[in-house]
Amino acid sequence: MGSLISGIIGRTLAYSVPLLLATLGEIYVERAGVLNLGIEGMMSLGALVAFAVAFSFSNPWFGVVAGGMAAGGAALLHALCSITLRANQVVSGLSLGMLGMGISGVLGRNFEGKVLGATLPVYRMPFLSSLPGFEKHNVFVYLSLGLAVFLWFVLFRTRWGIVIRSVGENPAACDAMGINVSTVRYTCVVFGGVLAGLAGAYLSLGYRPSWSYGMTGGIGWLSIALTIFAFWNPLWGLVGAYLFGLLYQLSFRFQAHVSPELLNTLPYVFPLIALSFVSRLAARKRIGPPASLGVPYKRE
Amino acid sequence: MEKEIIIFRGITKRFPPDILANDRVSFAVEKGTIHVVLGENGAGKTTLMNILYGIHQPDEGSILLRGREVRITSPRVAIELGIGMVHQHFRLIPNHRVWENVILGFPRAPRFFPAARAREMVRNLSQEYGLDVDPDAYVWQLSAGEQQRVEILKTLLRKAEILILDEPTSVLTPSDAEKLFSVLQKMKEEGRTCLFITHKFSEVREVGDRITILRKGRVVETVAKGEADFESLATMMVGEKVSLFLEKPLVTPGEPLLQVEDLWVLDDRGFPRVQGVSLTLREGEIVGVAGVVGNGQRELAEALAGLRTPLRGRVFLKGNDLTGSSPRNVREAGLGYVPEDRRMSLIGDLTVEENLILRDYQEPLFRRGTFLDWKRVREYAENVITAYRIVPPLPRLPVRLLSGGNRQRVALAQALVSRPQVLVVANPTVGLDILATGFIHRLLLSLQEEGVGILLISGDLDEILTLSDRILVLYRGTIVGERERPKSGWTEEDRREIGMMMGGVTEEHLVVGK
Repeated sequence: MGSLISGIIGRTLAYSVPLLLATLGEIYVERAGVLNLGIEGMMSLGALVAFAVAFSFSNPWFGVVAGGMAAGGAALLHALCSITLRANQVVSGLSLGMLGMGISGVLGRNFEGKVLGATLPVYRMPFLSSLPGFEKHNVFVYLSLGLAVFLWFVLFRTRWGIVIRSVGENPAACDAMGINVSTVRYTCVVFGGVLAGLAGAYLSLGYRPSWSYGMTGGIGWLSIALTIFAFWNPLWGLVGAYLFGLLYQLSFRFQAHVSPELLNTLPYVFPLIALSFVSRLAARKRIGPPASLGVPYKRE
Repeated sequence: MEKEIIIFRGITKRFPPDILANDRVSFAVEKGTIHVVLGENGAGKTTLMNILYGIHQPDEGSILLRGREVRITSPRVAIELGIGMVHQHFRLIPNHRVWENVILGFPRAPRFFPAARAREMVRNLSQEYGLDVDPDAYVWQLSAGEQQRVEILKTLLRKAEILILDEPTSVLTPSDAEKLFSVLQKMKEEGRTCLFITHKFSEVREVGDRITILRKGRVVETVAKGEADFESLATMMVGEKVSLFLEKPLVTPGEPLLQVEDLWVLDDRGFPRVQGVSLTLREGEIVGVAGVVGNGQRELAEALAGLRTPLRGRVFLKGNDLTGSSPRNVREAGLGYVPEDRRMSLIGDLTVEENLILRDYQEPLFRRGTFLDWKRVREYAENVITAYRIVPPLPRLPVRLLSGGNRQRVALAQALVSRPQVLVVANPTVGLDILATGFIHRLLLSLQEEGVGILLISGDLDEILTLSDRILVLYRGTIVGERERPKSGWTEEDRREIGMMMGGVTEEHLVVGK
């Protein structure tokens, strides 16, 4: 029984990493008032580039850096369209998503089925490893956990956090106080892209060290729903990502007893229910999306 | 040190395609004074101030600050030069706390855990200037007057020596406005300079050492306090002689038309915004509902018009129970509604004639069987355009191309298509110039003479006093006071008392205070 539980926890932690990273990124993007629906594409691009570079140089860390940069570059494209050119962010984001999927699919053909020599390292953390399920993990498991706490701190306990949140609420107010709205938004969008890329890199270098088209499996889409579920708060993002990961693992365990098709829908039905619940709660408690989410800023 | 702290030299600003917002504007502001910039909407006051604050760049001309020419390329530069601005529409974040708003973008706030230090800074400044506000309150919880204090605190924290206030009194209760004037007086005594932007020349009497009048982007004149009376200020603003006097017709109110009993209405967030309002409106009577925005005016009006289902209470029109009826039933029963927000009544991309029949397209007059009779619609629209002097007189012009005053004329005409016996109008002259305001006021008075009962919901005390036979004061969803127009007209005493009731002072307290 104990090994069963620790097994479930361990697998949940490992599975939730890309979801958590992508959600944390999207939280910052949306907090700054930009909607980026292209996470899936950026993640896929990050996964491929990370794998290709790590494969070519036989060094996973080169891959991580390259994957993050590739997705960050893709996000820069979205930033250019949505912030500078003030294009429709839904269209731009969806295009980015399809573009990223398409490019990684075409360029990745030669890497399908290749075996990676060096993967991301696995560590035992002192103290933490005595907890069930925490025995030893990929370095990204610890990094993403710490990152969630750190990003919460920045957003809610520092001067910069106030600026980021304010830009998403009322850019005109920030502009009047001498804040460069575009700079803040560009920074957050690129940061969100880098995190999506790192999520992809974790997939192709650590979780399943290989490249195959479609290996992101909709995690990018889910992270958009999780961002809302998390009330745009990194700590709730952490809770949401692990909760979703747990449901996903549980649906595997019960496959012997319940129809697997039905179980497979569970992780996706859950955000649907959670979202409708959240929106009712949010209306009552005045916690909703950033007031200027998806609205390009232009000086009157 | 020069006496003239700011000099505008030939400022010209164009907005594409062909709007000339400022045309060679030149005048000087003396240090340690309150300088009023007076002008109608669209006269270019806000554009000029946005240029001073670095939001816009002038196409021609320059600004001299403390004797030196400066290029103010962004608000950041303006702040560094000691300029602060309180915009007409506050630049605040409603979902954030007061202290978060005050230190937003303030480089000397602590980088980590800024809350404690920020609260302290807000408290100190509030005490020093008598700008009472709780640093931990959320901005959305604050009244307009309190929000303005937050905006002023923001400029004080940044040690602004020049404070620009754009239409600061438009959202304030008369007593909040008094408080603002005393804060400005204190700042003036400290040697700070205020630029006070307004279109209400009655305010010039209260503040202002010097007055610059702008019209159509140009400076008409700069005069010192006491050099010009109201009539000449108004004439300079408008460019032609205007009569500020409106003759109020002597109408004896007839039978009760609209009766409201203990009405409770929820707002969009589910909070009871109207709490037990009862009122009666008679034939040929104008009843003014005075109050500052957000005290339940919108919810009351929408409940009467059938746009919002009341929580409790009854609405009778000529004895028929209309509680919870659909907007169409309400209109057919004889109640017309002109909302404050013209986007609620008019559709910008539709033409004048289309907007006029938007609500009453089913009238037999406009129909030929199932189809619209566009010829008769056109004739009707042409008559309206002549009667209401709508410029340009084109029935097929999209409404969005009309000026605010002309749009409001269309909105009123639209509500009057069905010849209502009761008219509910909300802030009918907000944002309109003096001439358009006069036209709307005269129109309402002529409707009164025809026997229409008018419920005038307005935050503008001058407007309420000009038009109303009876005044009800709405505060936090309840009627806190009522006044009947004396035979000789309203007195200063009435004005003062109604103003105080708008700020929440109850009738009993007024008596005790005497």
